[in-house]
Amino acid sequence: MELQFNADEIAFREEVRAFIADNLTEEMKQGMLRGGYLIRDHVIEWQRILNKKGWGVPHWPVEWGGAGWSPIKQSIFTEELQLAPAPRPLSFSVYMVGPVIIEFGSEYQKKRFLPRIANSDDWWCQGFSEPDAGSDLASLKTNARREGDYYIVNGQKTWTSYAQYADWIFCLVRTDPTVKKQMGISFLLIDMKTPGITVRPIQTIDGGHEVNEVFFDNVKVPSENLVGEENKGWDYAKFLLSAERVNLARLGVSKERLQRARELAARTPYQGRPLLEHDGFRTKLAALEVELKALEITQLRVLSAEGQSHGAPDPASSILKVKGSELQQATSNLLVQILGPDALRRQDDAFDDWSSMITANYFNWRKVSIFGGSNEIQKTIIAKSILGL
Amino acid sequence: MQDSLVRLLQRSYAFDHRWKYEAATPGWSREIWAQFAEIGLLALPFTSESGGLDGTPVDTMIVMEQLGRHITLEPYLSTIVMAGGILRRAASTEQHESISTKVIDGSLIVSLAHTERGTFGSPSRVGTQAVRSGDLWQISGHKSCVLHGDSADLLIISARTSGAPSDAKGITLFAVDPRATNINIQSYALHDGQRASDIQINSVLVPHSALIGCVDDGFRILQSAEYETLAAVCAEAVGVMSELHQMTVDYLKQRKQFGVPIGNFQALQHRAADMYIALEQARSMAMYAAMMSQTDDKTAIAQAVSSAKVQIGRSAKLIGEEAVQMFGGIGVTMEFKAGHYFKKLTLLEQFLGHADHHLELLTSGPGLFELE
Repeated sequence: MELQFNADEIAFREEVRAFIADNLTEEMKQGMLRGGYLIRDHVIEWQRILNKKGWGVPHWPVEWGGAGWSPIKQSIFTEELQLAPAPRPLSFSVYMVGPVIIEFGSEYQKKRFLPRIANSDDWWCQGFSEPDAGSDLASLKTNARREGDYYIVNGQKTWTSYAQYADWIFCLVRTDPTVKKQMGISFLLIDMKTPGITVRPIQTIDGGHEVNEVFFDNVKVPSENLVGEENKGWDYAKFLLSAERVNLARLGVSKERLQRARELAARTPYQGRPLLEHDGFRTKLAALEVELKALEITQLRVLSAEGQSHGAPDPASSILKVKGSELQQATSNLLVQILGPDALRRQDDAFDDWSSMITANYFNWRKVSIFGGSNEIQKTIIAKSILGL
Repeated sequence: MQDSLVRLLQRSYAFDHRWKYEAATPGWSREIWAQFAEIGLLALPFTSESGGLDGTPVDTMIVMEQLGRHITLEPYLSTIVMAGGILRRAASTEQHESISTKVIDGSLIVSLAHTERGTFGSPSRVGTQAVRSGDLWQISGHKSCVLHGDSADLLIISARTSGAPSDAKGITLFAVDPRATNINIQSYALHDGQRASDIQINSVLVPHSALIGCVDDGFRILQSAEYETLAAVCAEAVGVMSELHQMTVDYLKQRKQFGVPIGNFQALQHRAADMYIALEQARSMAMYAAMMSQTDDKTAIAQAVSSAKVQIGRSAKLIGEEAVQMFGGIGVTMEFKAGHYFKKLTLLEQFLGHADHHLELLTSGPGLFELE
């Protein structure tokens, strides 16, 4: 196993870097530097730029637009985008529902949805969590009743990111309440324009609007929008939750933050000279870099093992999620510490570069250890699946 | 008085009240402030000669913890502790009559305008200048993050009257009317909803009688008021932490997943216990800081408040982040209480120097146990 990139991978990284340098606009870059939020138009525009190059959905099978890259190359690609930083791809589309449709969807669904996902013609959101079904996702209550060629959906989803922009939502719904909770769940694709759907925004503590509640009141969904078989939705959901693994650690996000931490510390005076010149700060920075390097190597190990086996996802990818989120949070906090007294104020126009968003981003980034299977759930996976406890 | 305060806050400082206070001008409740005056809260730390109640730093600690429990927005820290701390140490009899009595009866809000942009870690670095001509002083400069600067009826401005930009000697304090022409106040909200201001002072003229304390002797007063404020901030943070920890424990008992309250999971029980340990360690240090503040040994006070701030910073980060994690999604929503306590803790961690800064101060000192 290689713990360093080979010549081919290094050449690939250069190619990706050059492409980003030629195509990423300053506006998109500034948008990313300022915050953790997806800017709708930037996401769509950038996805189309990548798609035109054949890099829109590189991790998909070649017949549906994939690039045929190794997992290592995929992770190099993802990391370069994060380092730039370029608009994050809409993971609900390209990392979640896309791979599920490819693996379990009908021919009709593949032809109808996949090209539109690759080109960002449809914006997808995820209808999994409910008020009483968070970590215990399988206890979800939103139900779908079959009536002729339709399902009638009633219930409520929550923490639905970017539902305000969404054309479609993929949902876990209960189709059989009489069996063990995991066995009665189905996976439905629902057009957000269908009558009976209401989206209510949830404001987060950083002042932003990213997540929503989505209510379903007798929503009529054509049965052709059922993915795979009825009552097999839980299997598809498990597949989906592990499908984002090349992007789980988000190494590039943390690396890019460390770069900025250096830049900010170099221009922030502390005790009359730049903070970056202080030993205490440099020790702290170095310690975080060591942890990030360890995670980078761990990711390489997980990805190379997966490249060889072509099998089910390695439960070790939970390490990537736990450590990756912890480091994203530690680096977002480091930026707050560098700001010191300037971290107190909310964003305002008088103080408008990316540094004004640092504290808000620290607040917002608490989410990464909560969503997509909380770190508690990930540790349970490690304890049960790897350690056999 | 503690009982009256607890009752007042329970009655008038529920979370939805706080929203209303924050949303309306001036961003806090004048009605609550009047009630603070009524129960003697505003008089507490002032001496009886200036109309106060001779309260000690330990009394202030008790009050600040209660205010922290409700993440109150009123200018108690800025007016009574910080600016009040300056007045208690340096105001003349006339100034006590014209300023302190009005502070005590609740009719005057005073803010200290000392900090300037880019001076973190250099408390004596004052770029604002004051030049004397006859019986007048002309002040010019810029102050940053003045707490409640927009509702202040009076500013205490620090200015350099002699010496090099970072000299401890040569700083003088002036009482200045913020409504004076040539003062430009730009206000904004802090992350906890409190208001603060950047203040531009362009050749403002004040009489010699506006001096608080002696010429060139301001830093000593500033520093000792800052120690008092640090001890108060530590106590406030303990109040915020206790309340947030209690909310978290209640939630662990009430929130069900997998058919049981999530507090049944030992992994979460241990983390709640870690939070509790962090809380009690913080409480100990807040008490230590308050008690040491009652002594006359300035080196010991400086060490005590810095070491308290280190412990508070660490406990606040652990408790704030862990609480949000255990609440899950609702912990980061605006409509739910816990996230606001987390934000307040983040703010208090950074206010008057974060843990790293105070560690840095401690490493240059003689060592906490060598004094004994």
